Amino acid sequence: MPVIDLARASTRELNARLHALTPDDGETEWVVANPQGRHALAVGLDQPVTVEIKGHAGYYCAGMNAEATVIVDGNVGVGVAENMMSGTVLVKGDASQAAGATAHGGLLVIEGDASARCGISMKGVDIVVKGSIGPMSAFMAQSGNLVVLGDAGDALGDSIYEARIYVRGSVKSLGADCIEKEMRDEHRADLVRLLAAAGLGDVAHADEFRRYGSARQLYTFHVDNAAAY
Amino acid sequence: MFLEIDDTAPPLYDGGTDRHDRETPGFMCGIVGLFLKDKALEPQLGALLAGMLEVMTDRGPDSAGFAVYGAGAPGHVKLTVRGADLDGLADAIGGVKATVRDSHLVLSLPAAEEDRVRGWLALERPDLVVIGAGQRIELYKEVGLPADVATRFNLAGMSGTHGIGHTRMATESAVTTDGAHPFSTGPDQCLVHNGSLSNHRSLRRMLEPHGIAFTTDNDSEVAAGYLSWKLREGASLAQALEDSLDDLDGFFTFVVGTESGFAVLRDPISCKPAVMAETDRYVAFGSEYRALVGLPGIEHARVFEPEPARVYAWEHG
Repeated sequence: MPVIDLARASTRELNARLHALTPDDGETEWVVANPQGRHALAVGLDQPVTVEIKGHAGYYCAGMNAEATVIVDGNVGVGVAENMMSGTVLVKGDASQAAGATAHGGLLVIEGDASARCGISMKGVDIVVKGSIGPMSAFMAQSGNLVVLGDAGDALGDSIYEARIYVRGSVKSLGADCIEKEMRDEHRADLVRLLAAAGLGDVAHADEFRRYGSARQLYTFHVDNAAAY
Repeated sequence: MFLEIDDTAPPLYDGGTDRHDRETPGFMCGIVGLFLKDKALEPQLGALLAGMLEVMTDRGPDSAGFAVYGAGAPGHVKLTVRGADLDGLADAIGGVKATVRDSHLVLSLPAAEEDRVRGWLALERPDLVVIGAGQRIELYKEVGLPADVATRFNLAGMSGTHGIGHTRMATESAVTTDGAHPFSTGPDQCLVHNGSLSNHRSLRRMLEPHGIAFTTDNDSEVAAGYLSWKLREGASLAQALEDSLDDLDGFFTFVVGTESGFAVLRDPISCKPAVMAETDRYVAFGSEYRALVGLPGIEHARVFEPEPARVYAWEHG
């Protein structure tokens, strides 16, 4: 198992080695030691490998991820898994702002808390937060699922499109055009699947959650405005 | 073809120089702070702060500044004076002790002498600026890479109970020492700011009749002056910061020091980054976690992101 020690190697050397991987490489388990909060670790991966970061990471960790599994044994800074396309990112500590921003696919699991703007403009990613999320989360979220086992801060789901939000705890306030919605069987099935994928099937039960989504009352949703284009 | 310019017309923007003195409204500037709980760490305060400051060079390579709360004697004040030709100044003033550190001079004098010394400086050496005053505060700021600035003032050799620092990336203005942080507008008070304030002109007009004096056109100095005014009116540091949430408009992460206190506040939408670490031995602040990596026992610290619009304050008993 290759170990890249960032006390000696640069971020660029780490990412260059991971980018050079091909489907025929045998090395599928990588360890990153001494991350020391450095930015842009393990970004742009495109092979089904596992990278474990042993410590806290800085901004944009695992950004643009495709196929890979990135595990952070610590906290992450702003924009973890931003614009992820597929694969899995697991954060064992807390995440700073804009976790999973604009991500199109894959699964982002945060075992601690996520701060403001978690899932902002998410475009298909599934995000599961074991702790709580900060204010303005899922702002303009377009598709995908945001599951929160703890509480949500102010203005949840402001100007949301078609993403689905599930919160087990309290919601401090809902943002513009975001409302609570009925939990139907399809939603419970989705939740069971997501909790299991996040390894939290034994921690939370689908019936404990409430669902939030778009009331579809903003300008974009009115057919009369379609003529403007 | 050229547009004709009528230079008798009022400018489109009449905010004077303030627009050019705002701190980087974008995303940069680094701030750090360290408040010690364990007295055994006090001899290392400067060295730890210097390390934190240097890591924040990426966020602000143009200039750096820091305030350190070191030793102080009851009934005495320290004036930090910045300028050139400092040798022999103490003798000329008389009755003061002086320590020269590069472009800065710290004068120690009996509190009763402060008015006389300030008067002398204003009259005889108007080229000098008093940038900090108080029983314990010493304040240094200069243009250059943070590591070079720290070395010039021998920050690593300073001891103290707490200190705060700033690295600046000037995006809209010249790189000058006047624009560097921290700002001190009251005794033993200082503030570093990452962000920009929108209503600093009106706040300045409100504060000046209350006797709060400003030496630059910088918006961050207005924030410092606002807190000085509140503290002078009897507010606690925490209360002064609570009030600032109502009265200040703009983006900010503040780290504030007083003689015995240390506080952090972020604006209600947490526009600017912040991370904190707390152990039994210290409380530390950094714009990024990287700044905290060199602190003792950081691997076991409680690392957290301060919430927006929530005042975090610590006080030495």
